[in-house]
Amino acid sequence: MGLYFLGFVILLYLFIFCFDFENAYNSLKASGEILIKLIPILVLVVFLMGLLNYFLKPKAISKYLGKSSGIRGWILAVSAGIISHGPIYAWYPLLKELRKQGMRQGLAAVFLYNRAIKIPLLPMMTFYFGAAFTVLLLVFTVIASLIEGKIIEMLEG
Amino acid sequence: MTNFKHADDKKQKNLMISFYKSFKSFSASLPVLIGIVLLLGLFRVNVSPQWISSVFRGNFLRDVLIGSVFGSISAGNPITSYIIGAELLKEGVSLFAVTAFLVAWVTVGIIQLPAEAAILGKKFALGRNLISFFLAIFVSLATVTVLMMIG
Repeated sequence: MGLYFLGFVILLYLFIFCFDFENAYNSLKASGEILIKLIPILVLVVFLMGLLNYFLKPKAISKYLGKSSGIRGWILAVSAGIISHGPIYAWYPLLKELRKQGMRQGLAAVFLYNRAIKIPLLPMMTFYFGAAFTVLLLVFTVIASLIEGKIIEMLEG
Repeated sequence: MTNFKHADDKKQKNLMISFYKSFKSFSASLPVLIGIVLLLGLFRVNVSPQWISSVFRGNFLRDVLIGSVFGSISAGNPITSYIIGAELLKEGVSLFAVTAFLVAWVTVGIIQLPAEAAILGKKFALGRNLISFFLAIFVSLATVTVLMMIG
């Protein structure tokens, strides 16, 4: 499916190249810049996946992130989401691996949602919108992530 | 002595196997991730902050919804969303709409959806993004309302 999708995007570019060469060329250049910044994160993710495969056995993942992990699992997912770095899509493969080994669906959603909180960017948000706004947004983001996690778990059945 | 060396060799071999397995598993996702990056390039070049600003009309409820919609289809560094958000505020768009825009930008990803669906499953991807879309409105209403109460 991934190859079909990539094929579609390449066709889209070829189409745009025919009608607006400059646009397509600039877009390709922009993509290249994004890709270069992405590579270190992807290397980190593959490295973490490797460590995960080596150190954490399904039993441990089940214990901390599985069905009976309780509050510990939620706290881990929230913290990991906040700490994690780079674009959201870089983390999909790692989450897939964790799920295969027993992590609850809801926690994947909690992790992804808490990626909205980016600690290095908090000063910038404070600069534009004020400290009170930033703190409140942070609090409600965490709350919303837990709500989403619960809903996803309920839908999972 | 031989036993220790043998154990060490085995550990090293297992570690190498773990990294190889993780690389293989990751490689399966590479085509869709590259497709997403190419789409992001198109987005960066073709969607300007000015264009996004021009979409907000002045109707409170509609603007909050528009904020969430535009945040959902936008992607990239969140700093860009802060800059656009600040501009929107300057042009009189409500903080409710701007907050929904900021939250949806980082929590909903229409451009990334193909990758999320391919790697984590269609049901999970659609469900998560849909719920996040509505939660962006909830977070916006909660944040700004409390801000107004304490402010």
